[in-house]
Amino acid sequence: MSTSVRQPINSDSVTLDARGLKCPMPIVRTAQKIKDLSSGQLLEVLATDPGAVADFAAWSRATGNEIVSQSTDDGVYRFVIRHR
Amino acid sequence: MTTLTPELRVRELLEERAMFESAVTEVPVEELGALPPPEAIVATDGGTPAETPVKQLVIINWSGEYDRIMPTLIMATAAAASGYRAKVFITFWGLLPFVKDQKRIVGENWMQKMLAFMQRPGISHLKLSKMHFFGMGPWMIGRLSRRYNVAQPPELLEAAQALGVDFIPCQMTMDMFGLRREDMIEGLGEPAGAASVIELMTQPDTASLFI
Repeated sequence: MSTSVRQPINSDSVTLDARGLKCPMPIVRTAQKIKDLSSGQLLEVLATDPGAVADFAAWSRATGNEIVSQSTDDGVYRFVIRHR
Repeated sequence: MTTLTPELRVRELLEERAMFESAVTEVPVEELGALPPPEAIVATDGGTPAETPVKQLVIINWSGEYDRIMPTLIMATAAAASGYRAKVFITFWGLLPFVKDQKRIVGENWMQKMLAFMQRPGISHLKLSKMHFFGMGPWMIGRLSRRYNVAQPPELLEAAQALGVDFIPCQMTMDMFGLRREDMIEGLGEPAGAASVIELMTQPDTASLFI
């Protein structure tokens, strides 16, 4: 599991570490975290649950919070979500 | 009666059209603009305009076992996290996991107490619906879920309540099991009955599950 420190996306972006969590906790923690953000702010989520790929897409469609980028690195899924 | 020749029919139609055209008066565009917006028309009965429909998940949680409480809590939590309204009607055996964990015996008469003795209530004391095998099944499931870091019912219940999942206890079963409000965990909705659940289940944009 990659533990390298990532550069923040921009100055006011927030990172949520959901690595190791299983369904439904990655989206539960994301939903709880995004409440603290202001509109337009970016939230970076790291997850290791392969089911999260489909779940985050569905969650994004349901809530209107856009996934602006998505990548995989050594089993870690990284989603960057813009708070609507 | 004379048969209608095509020429006559065409003349007749042209006359009809001329009649209609003379009857229609032009309405100036400004007057059209003065019409009230559609939502104002809807609200003339004094009521507020209908709010935007919210998608809803309604679960009738009838079972009290670990392997059935899990999907109830996971689905309700995921729905609430995704912005849907989530309502869980807890009834019959499904009430017992929502009794406070530290309660050992609940009920008023010996039969109710006996039932609680045979099926210990509380979210941390769930049995399996199959392969219980004198507690061996739950022990193995517990070990496996910890090894694979699966959220456990107490954690899921906490998340569900934090996200605003509405748990509605069944009044009739509470009476039958001798359960009082103070026996139940904090944050439950007002006890209700079948008619309330039917109303919820038949609302538009609603998915209903019986677990």
